Amino acid sequence: MDKSEARKSRRNFLRLGLGAGALSIAGLAGAKIASNNDPVAEKGVKETIKVLTPDGKLVEVEKTSILPPKDIFIDRKEAQKGIPGRKFVMVIDLAKCKNARKCIDACQEGHKLPHDHEWIKLYLLKDSDQTAPYWFPKPCYHCDNPLCVSVCPVGATYKRSDGIVLVDTERCIGCKFCMTGCPYSARVFHWKKPEVSAEIENIPYSPETNVPPKEGTVGKCVFCPDKLRNNELPRCATACPMGVIYFGDMLEDTVTNGTETVRFSEIITSRGGYRHMEHLGTEPSVYYLPPTERQFPWERGYEGIPDSIKSRYDNIDIIKETFPKDSNPS
Amino acid sequence: MDKTSERLLEEFAPQLESPSKKWWLIFGAMLVLFALGIYGLIYQIVHGHDVTGMRDHVVWGVYIVNFIFFMGLSYAGAIISGALHLLKTDWRKPIIRMGELITVISLLIGPCFIIFCVGRFDRLHYLLIYPRIQSPITWDVIAIMTDIVGCLLYLYLSFVEDFAKLRDYAGLKVPAWKKKTYTFLAMNYRGTPEQVKLLKKSKNIVAAMVIAIAIIVYSVLAWIFGVTLQPGWHSTIFGPYFVIAAVYSGTGLLIVLMWLYRKIFKLEEYITKKHFVNVGVMLLILGAFYGYFTFSDYLTKWYGSVRMDKILIDHLFKQYFWEFVVANYIGVIVPMVILAFKRFRTVNLISIGAVITLISLWFNRYLIVVPTLETPFLPIQDDRLAWIKYSPTWVEISIFAAGIAVFVMLMMVAAKFIPIISISEMTEVDETEQVESVEIKPVQS
Repeated sequence: MDKSEARKSRRNFLRLGLGAGALSIAGLAGAKIASNNDPVAEKGVKETIKVLTPDGKLVEVEKTSILPPKDIFIDRKEAQKGIPGRKFVMVIDLAKCKNARKCIDACQEGHKLPHDHEWIKLYLLKDSDQTAPYWFPKPCYHCDNPLCVSVCPVGATYKRSDGIVLVDTERCIGCKFCMTGCPYSARVFHWKKPEVSAEIENIPYSPETNVPPKEGTVGKCVFCPDKLRNNELPRCATACPMGVIYFGDMLEDTVTNGTETVRFSEIITSRGGYRHMEHLGTEPSVYYLPPTERQFPWERGYEGIPDSIKSRYDNIDIIKETFPKDSNPS
Repeated sequence: MDKTSERLLEEFAPQLESPSKKWWLIFGAMLVLFALGIYGLIYQIVHGHDVTGMRDHVVWGVYIVNFIFFMGLSYAGAIISGALHLLKTDWRKPIIRMGELITVISLLIGPCFIIFCVGRFDRLHYLLIYPRIQSPITWDVIAIMTDIVGCLLYLYLSFVEDFAKLRDYAGLKVPAWKKKTYTFLAMNYRGTPEQVKLLKKSKNIVAAMVIAIAIIVYSVLAWIFGVTLQPGWHSTIFGPYFVIAAVYSGTGLLIVLMWLYRKIFKLEEYITKKHFVNVGVMLLILGAFYGYFTFSDYLTKWYGSVRMDKILIDHLFKQYFWEFVVANYIGVIVPMVILAFKRFRTVNLISIGAVITLISLWFNRYLIVVPTLETPFLPIQDDRLAWIKYSPTWVEISIFAAGIAVFVMLMMVAAKFIPIISISEMTEVDETEQVESVEIKPVQS
């Protein structure tokens, strides 16, 4: 049985909820069985426990030899494959977004991103004179026809079987062609040596988290595959207080924002879901629900943010009109 | 050795002998500029690309502009010298070597700007060890490497005869190492009928090759922009447009160099007004094509006014009004007016027109690269306001200046090493020509 099959059976097992207790699940979720040479374990009382190995065998091991669950480390090669049997999709409900910016904070924190290097941007769009403004969170769209992947000269960015587009910053040469190729400005660059804490500086690099960040390379939203492998939602979806971001699997036809789980096809149909700039033919994996029957006036998204953030919207016409700056402070 | 060669060697020999004080002065000044560029580069390596004006939206700046610009000059040299060689135009003889030198020197400088632009130049070899053929950059890497090999070969082939002549000329007062170098590089060329025939044949083949390669390379360069979806770049016209603009700028540079070398080496006898007018007419035709392509490109963008194209055109006319005027009006109209009317066709005016061509073409490149990146599909928002508009920093400008300085220095060194007027070309007898035409007759300008 190869690795991917092993993982599949493990996940199916988890999904079915057949785990015979927390410890065995822990064992399956990547815990390691410590070596039997441990002298303490040999001397102590031998209390055993039954666990199911990844390849489906039931074995009995000493209780003390089970280590606590650990994040599965996905190396550069493994990261290219994608989680089997998945096709991830994100649905963003524009009716609920009020620029709370918790998605951005969680993303920055979770991926240890340096200041000035943000993977999610929050736009205030107004499509034409007569239409209403709305807040528009923009992660990477993980397109099915990604131009960024096509133009990369060294294969540093790739599309996986589960729909995720990743960047391998150990391969990236920093030519920035992908940044000009992406029509959604989803990619950002490490213009200087990233300020990172000493603890993450030396952890092994995985393209799934893009930690630690590297100077002179490109970064972008990764859909948090490290969370997905543990059957958790991406950080932005979990952090959003409004439940704006739904995430799920196209094959299961289900998306959830953590509190509410809905059929993907149903919500797209009933709410008139769409993809941004469909005409470009990039086939994004991120869908938007139009800002109908809004829960907040859009102005609240501007009023509530600190001044330092406010200044980032100074160049927008609608902001200039609605919140005119006092030209004479006296 | 024939008499004409002897006479020419006698005349050009002082150019190759010990550099004058003035030469050292200019060379020193260029070295200072070069050193400043190196300082800027080291500063950038130490502090990261943060010290450039480039940010997350405008990810390509003056470096890429210079890359396209220098590559353009180079292809122009290739096409001009190749075409003039193949067409056997008689007046090409005194200027063809300048064309060849422009080709090779700017071709060596251009790609260096890529090294300054990429975030990880320590990984540049990945382009060769992990190439993805789907990427236009890979096409470009292959094309440029082919071009460098082809152009160096072409330059060398055109030098061989002169190396042999310099080796054999006893009156040349140069250090022994220089003489030895000539002997080595002449590769035992003795001018036997067989050697002459072989050299001529290979020169013709390589000249034709170089023209084809030049067109391909510059088209590939244009497709780096053309294949993206960005407003202003996503254009089918970009391949031929870039090629024409490149030849236009290179022709301009050729005229400028003709003027300079003529002045410095007092070559009025060889580079006459006729040469300026002839190359000027090429400039006129190319300028007309360049203007036509520019007009055609912007007209279709403006008239149909797809939303993004409209935003880009508005941006060009508001933020970049003067640059646009310089690049696309002055750069077309002024050289054309100078060359279209007989009374303006003086050596100096034609040279001024050529300088304007060069400047306007640099701005044309700038206007292709930067404003498009400033008007992405999603408007620039939720970003530091200081990052929205690009302007080059001193680091980028110092490296740009160093690029020009290197060009000047290499041109100076080349002119000290090999006569700037090709002796072998001057004495060459084309099959169709009469023997009398070989004699050099001074022409009053």
